[in-house]
Amino acid sequence: MSTAFVLLGLLARGPRHGYELKREHDNRLPRARPLAFGQVYATIGRLIRDGLIDEAGQDKGAGPERMSYVLTEQGREKLAGWLAAVEEPAPHVQSTVLTKVIVALFGSDDAVAARAYLSAQRRAHVNRMRELTKERSDPQASIADVAAADYAIQHLDADVRWMQTTLDRVDALHREVARS
Amino acid sequence: MNDPVLQAEGLVRSYGKTQALRGLSVTIASGEIVAVSGPSGCGKSTLLHCLAGIIVPDSGAVRYRGQPLGEMSEKQRSRLRRTSFGVLFQFGQLVAELPAVDNVGLPLLLGGYQKRIADSKSLEWLQRLGVAEVASALPSEMSGGQAQRVALARAMVTEPEVLFADEPTGALDSLAGEQVLEVLTSHARQRNMTVVLVTHDAKVAAYADREVLLRDGAQLAAEVPA
Repeated sequence: MSTAFVLLGLLARGPRHGYELKREHDNRLPRARPLAFGQVYATIGRLIRDGLIDEAGQDKGAGPERMSYVLTEQGREKLAGWLAAVEEPAPHVQSTVLTKVIVALFGSDDAVAARAYLSAQRRAHVNRMRELTKERSDPQASIADVAAADYAIQHLDADVRWMQTTLDRVDALHREVARS
Repeated sequence: MNDPVLQAEGLVRSYGKTQALRGLSVTIASGEIVAVSGPSGCGKSTLLHCLAGIIVPDSGAVRYRGQPLGEMSEKQRSRLRRTSFGVLFQFGQLVAELPAVDNVGLPLLLGGYQKRIADSKSLEWLQRLGVAEVASALPSEMSGGQAQRVALARAMVTEPEVLFADEPTGALDSLAGEQVLEVLTSHARQRNMTVVLVTHDAKVAAYADREVLLRDGAQLAAEVPA
């Protein structure tokens, strides 16, 4: 969904070809999954259908990669609306990690399996945080790389703090799950 | 693993009826950066103080390069702390009346260096850690991040083999904390310095090569591989 808005944002800087949109998307959002060309052209097709962008002319040669696109007024308004809208602060309470902890406590005599899982998950999270910390400390890292790594590190850190707290209360959680 | 520089075996240490360490064993290799982490009261600072020879465990032993600290006299341990160990605390503990350059030079003067040489080495370290501009400032005239980098320069000026850091960024905002951790870990790696980094914060632990996670005075989980 947000891919469409990223393309609108890139087109707000001026007309672009499809391959330029893909290249700028991948360069400017270093931690995002690179866009497949198929996805770029499918998204462009939907944006044209919805009147948010328009074809701005074709360079010499044939094929969709020669076509350049431009933002429409409607597209500009749509982009401004999206940029101004606050995202719902989703608490992610139904995460797979929580589900695994609860399932590990079902029909179990103690919290050993849940505790072992939480400890292993915490280790995996801290290992990933270590990799990201190395990447952000690389002298070649751009400010965008550092900001993207910080975003991931701080979200992983929130998970780690939740795991630590849950480790502290996993026995009480087991008693509650076993009772119900 | 490289040569072990510090080995702790079966450490037990109590404060009154509270057991801070319950038979803890850990080995730290030369040049490693190890985070000791866990919640408040888990024994991590007590472990650091035992490893640094600041306190003596009730039982168990700490060996530095194979030599038991418990068999050294207080004078020998004090000399070891002055020459081979550097210590950095949450609050830099700079001497309020001294400018940065004199604060950093203190361990050198205590080690018998001439003032001129101490000053030159101090300035060199202040420069390396990016705080040369506060060389003649008093601690009260520095930001928290600058003061902590000056304290780090003081801990590193003797080029110790092991640096002990106890919550070194606990009093700093996140950006200043990051800068201190970046300079600490990059200079330690350049010099193959061993670092024992005590923290309750997983973001800080992520700067280390591995983590020793404590809970109630014992190691909770297997050490995290690099």
